[in-house]
Amino acid sequence: MRHRRGQSPAMHTATGTAGPRPAPGSSSARAAGPGPHDDGDPVVTTDRLTKRYGSRTVVDALSLQVRRGEVFGFLGPNGAGKTTTLRMLLGLVRPTSGSATVLGRPAGASVAQVGALVEGPGLYPYLSGRDNLRVLARYAGVGADRVAAVLDTVALTDRAGDRFGTYSLGMKQRLGIAAALLKDPALVVLDEPTNGLDPAGITEVRTLLRRLVAEGRTVVLSSHLLGEVEQICDRVAVVASGRLLVESSVEELRGLGRLVVDARPLDTAVAVAGRLLGPDRVSVVDGALHLQAAPEETAAVNRALVTADVDVTGLRQEARTLEEVFLQLTDVDEAGPPEPAPRPRRLRRGTR
Amino acid sequence: MSATAASLALPAGRTSGSLPAIVGAELLKLARRPATWVLLGLWPALQLVFSLVIPYVSYSRGSSYEGSPPEALLASTLPDRLVANALSGLPLFGGALLLTLGALLAGSEYGWGTLKTLLAQGPRRTTVLAGQLLALVTVLAGTVAVSLALTAGVSALIAGAESAPADWPGAAEIARGFGGGLLVATTWGAMGVLLGTALRGTALAIGLGLVWVLAVESLVVNVAAPLLDVFETAQQALPGVNAGSLVAALAGSDTPVRTPGVVAVVDGGQAAWVLGAFLAAAVALTALLLNRRDLT
Repeated sequence: MRHRRGQSPAMHTATGTAGPRPAPGSSSARAAGPGPHDDGDPVVTTDRLTKRYGSRTVVDALSLQVRRGEVFGFLGPNGAGKTTTLRMLLGLVRPTSGSATVLGRPAGASVAQVGALVEGPGLYPYLSGRDNLRVLARYAGVGADRVAAVLDTVALTDRAGDRFGTYSLGMKQRLGIAAALLKDPALVVLDEPTNGLDPAGITEVRTLLRRLVAEGRTVVLSSHLLGEVEQICDRVAVVASGRLLVESSVEELRGLGRLVVDARPLDTAVAVAGRLLGPDRVSVVDGALHLQAAPEETAAVNRALVTADVDVTGLRQEARTLEEVFLQLTDVDEAGPPEPAPRPRRLRRGTR
Repeated sequence: MSATAASLALPAGRTSGSLPAIVGAELLKLARRPATWVLLGLWPALQLVFSLVIPYVSYSRGSSYEGSPPEALLASTLPDRLVANALSGLPLFGGALLLTLGALLAGSEYGWGTLKTLLAQGPRRTTVLAGQLLALVTVLAGTVAVSLALTAGVSALIAGAESAPADWPGAAEIARGFGGGLLVATTWGAMGVLLGTALRGTALAIGLGLVWVLAVESLVVNVAAPLLDVFETAQQALPGVNAGSLVAALAGSDTPVRTPGVVAVVDGGQAAWVLGAFLAAAVALTALLLNRRDLT
């Protein structure tokens, strides 16, 4: 469990019909079952999932796992196959080959326990927000009391009587999320939920997502806003051209931080750092020493340089952002030769 | 499966809305949609104007119609002509309006991206279609009933104003009229649903539907059939021709209906069977399309 969970706002009981779910990190949650990083408890599993339209392969042998209680980021450039994959998980699109299991059942068969917002909120413009949810509540087989609860959750109660067509983009997105929560779902699939939102709206969605996770739900989130993903997600999968490039935790994906050292003489500094960390973790950029080093290695690096009579005039830790990693991964994919295909890297946590 | 995974797994049955709940949802959508009221209100209104108001005003001014004396115009508006006056517009302009409603019902689900939202709630695709069609049949039944009631009311007023006899048709005749009218209305509505589903939208579906109802069938019947035997035979399989034949049969053969499209090309029984076959085919094709398609 990532420490960010502890920063989640107080639980909002309106989203649950049967009372609040235990927070994943709480003792009650642990008593209920394994945590999100228990590899034996996948909520979503895809096995060489493939979708072709004619000769075009949109999703190419995608194999990944989403674990219970985690926020799973699904990243990729436009046309990477993210939305098609999510549609296959919901049974809206049939795979050409491969399989997907959602909540222990074949994809599509479990959709009654999955809340989804796929490619924008598809709601009726002539109906009010409340009537839209009433219609969907009847389709979902849930009571009308859920309508008021989810409206409250997304803070739309005051505008619930207005026609959906008159809503701002942000309000539409929030109503779409409310629709996804109607069934009190164990799994929430959100495709670009922050599309078109202003910074305040993005913050609201982020808060809502944290609340959902605090309630014990699993969230699969597709987004272009990598800063958001970095803040919210436990693990991510990066896809490009329908293929899985990497699946790992956010921390592992970002890898070691970068230690930038201003030192003279530079040659000596490079030699000392190379002996300490290994030559492959040392480079020189614009006259500064760039080291791939964890924050806890900073003191040892400094000590070694000083001991070797190197003058250290600057020393700072720079973390790689998810955006840097993402661009690096997807650039490699697009610029590289089509054969052989990039091999999916799995950077699993723990004892897998 | 781990204990937790087992607790997350669904029970064997799906837990989405029941068919009655989905019909209720569809009725709510139809009731709140302005286009429903416009289209369903227009048909009885036009029906009243052309079947009763214009003939009565014409009679009041002493005009004649195609050589018929003014009294014939009055007779055509009296209560004994209830079924004919309530349904005569259904094969042509009523059909066009109801086909438009069906196309809007199905096609806008694609345009607004709402079909995926509905299916994401968990019901099977065929259940969604069944719910939509049952809701459509419900509102069409209401509209046929309203058309009969309005026509009866205005006919009674005319009979009262002119001290003419109010010979109402029997309950069985009215029930047959209601059933026949509902069959014609549902067939047109279901064909609109098929077009909206097949074309994944409203504009082309409505355009093609209107061209078929208002132009193609008319050209086949009035231009092609008199010239070529093959069209003479083929017209007997057209939905509009059979709708007109069914309404003509329900109206009775002794007093022909003046409304365009109401011509007894085939007998009433055959017309009902052909319309039933069109209805079944439209529903089956729509279900097939809905079930086989990817929702992209």
